[in-house]
Amino acid sequence: MLSIMRRSVLWLVLVLMLLSSAATPASAVDEFIEINPFLKKIPLAIPDFKPLSEGEPAREAADEAARLLAETLSFTGYFNILDKGAYLEDPRETGISDAAINYRNWTVIGAELLITGGVYRSADAVEMELRLFDTFQGKSVIGKRYRGRVEDSRRIVRKFASEVIYFLTGSRGFFNSEIAFVSTGTGNKEIFIAEFDGHHPVQFTHTKDITLSPAWSPDGQWLAYTAYPKNRPFLYVKHRYHKRGYEIGNKGLNITPAWMPQAKPSSSLDDMRLAATLSFAGDQEIYLLTGKGKIIKRLTKSWGSDVSPTWSPDGKKFAFVSNRSGNPQVYIKDLETGRVDRLTFQGRYNTQPSWSPKGDKLAYAGMEGGRNDIFVIGFNGRPPVQLTHDTGNNESPSWSPDGSMIVFSSTREGASRIYVMTAFGTDQRRLLTLPGEQMNPQWSPNKHLN
Amino acid sequence: MQKKLWLVLALVLLVPGLMLMTSCAQKSAVETDTTQKTTPPPEDTSQKVSEAELQAAEAKRAAEQARNQFVNEHIYFSFDSAELSPLAQDTLKRKAAWLKANPDAMVTIAGNCDDRGTNEYNLALGERRAESARAYLMDLGVSGSRLSTISYGEERPLDPRNNEEAWAKNRNDQFQLK
Repeated sequence: MLSIMRRSVLWLVLVLMLLSSAATPASAVDEFIEINPFLKKIPLAIPDFKPLSEGEPAREAADEAARLLAETLSFTGYFNILDKGAYLEDPRETGISDAAINYRNWTVIGAELLITGGVYRSADAVEMELRLFDTFQGKSVIGKRYRGRVEDSRRIVRKFASEVIYFLTGSRGFFNSEIAFVSTGTGNKEIFIAEFDGHHPVQFTHTKDITLSPAWSPDGQWLAYTAYPKNRPFLYVKHRYHKRGYEIGNKGLNITPAWMPQAKPSSSLDDMRLAATLSFAGDQEIYLLTGKGKIIKRLTKSWGSDVSPTWSPDGKKFAFVSNRSGNPQVYIKDLETGRVDRLTFQGRYNTQPSWSPKGDKLAYAGMEGGRNDIFVIGFNGRPPVQLTHDTGNNESPSWSPDGSMIVFSSTREGASRIYVMTAFGTDQRRLLTLPGEQMNPQWSPNKHLN
Repeated sequence: MQKKLWLVLALVLLVPGLMLMTSCAQKSAVETDTTQKTTPPPEDTSQKVSEAELQAAEAKRAAEQARNQFVNEHIYFSFDSAELSPLAQDTLKRKAAWLKANPDAMVTIAGNCDDRGTNEYNLALGERRAESARAYLMDLGVSGSRLSTISYGEERPLDPRNNEEAWAKNRNDQFQLK
């Protein structure tokens, strides 16, 4: 199943073994866990898709589908999409099925994977036949046929991309997710939402005042955020699609919401749980609330600031920022034992923790020399790994739902913009450009692919 | 003195008379120019003000100045700190005195941060900055019910630039009268 990935990874393992056995043989075994799958990208060929019906619309739909699939898969950082100029075979002429493919024509140009497609297009419907081939083994590994309305083309391509990523990594990817962020283009800070790849950014809030810290509910149907429409930092819980919502306005601060993962998925806000910092009692502490803002209990107890909770995927622990040691550092609270442990020790200003969806790491912004950079730290006592270097201010890391990528904000090009990178820090690029500045990105959970 | 008054009176009567004459003469020629006709003569009122009135005006000016100083004089903080410096404490003592002299004044203390930190933590830090000023004023005898706080974190910088000078300016408490 995972033969392709394994081949690339094996090659790396060998190199790493050679390198590390010379230096620190004791730690060599651990190094295997940290192998970066984005270093050696899998060479993938995506030749033009074949129109299966006559006429210009079919040809256009075929071209667009191939282009979008290449763009979508390339976005993940796993692939090196081979240049079309090098292809020796044109499946539009020779055929798109297993029997028609001469695998040697693809292995000889270095392709380890090949995707072919055929697109049928009628007045209002589109049909796609998409296949993934392992060129070295010389066989088809995924074959799918999709049918939908013309406007579903994008969804069909993403669904197939999800199949490809599932085949390679065992995880469904993030192709049905969105990214919420704050933008100043209107003259105020408002929350916008774009598709995961930055397409179709749409303004979500219209508070006409400071709006901050968007947080997605586990089902992706609700957003919690802080806003000042009443000249007070209140929390708001708003439905993604309907105009429903709740206001959480205790005295003092109502900030940094984080939805607790659900053991039993429920779409009722009464069943959902939200951690947030409130200061009505005089000190800034993290509380557990219902999705509608009813206080259930206090979760932290320490003089000073306790802010920015982020939940472990099992909901049994949460990390947060506290200045109890004199400056802001990341701590972890275990809800079962009640124990609090400090996680970050390097630097004097570590904030904005974000727990990875796989549970094994935490990303955060660490300040050195007055500038923030994105770091990732595990729970094995090893020092954090710095993912951004010498590129302005880098803040607000948030993981993709499969844990393979991180979205963050950066001032590397002047104004603050939204960027993405792989979980290992490679392939850093701007996600979108809008008027004003953009910050505070939050990656949504994957919504159901159907 | 008397002579001078006569002179002034003569001028007050004469000038508009002259102006009226010239404007009448011009009227037929320049129909659209009406400004000259409607502008009243500059009136010299200095003679009418009594010494008491002068003092009242002076007191009012001083009160306004004190009020402006209360509103415009911010207190400043070190990076990632809500501690009151000796300078900030001196400023707060002046503010406490003003608040005692103006018992009806209600104040909102707004805590602010520079943008080197991160938004969320700065919201919390801004509140701590506002709360430490509030606690200090209460220690000096100002009733807490007159003092409310709000944090704007790093969202409302006084100086949008990105340098030490701007950051120092942006780490402040501001005092707004309601």
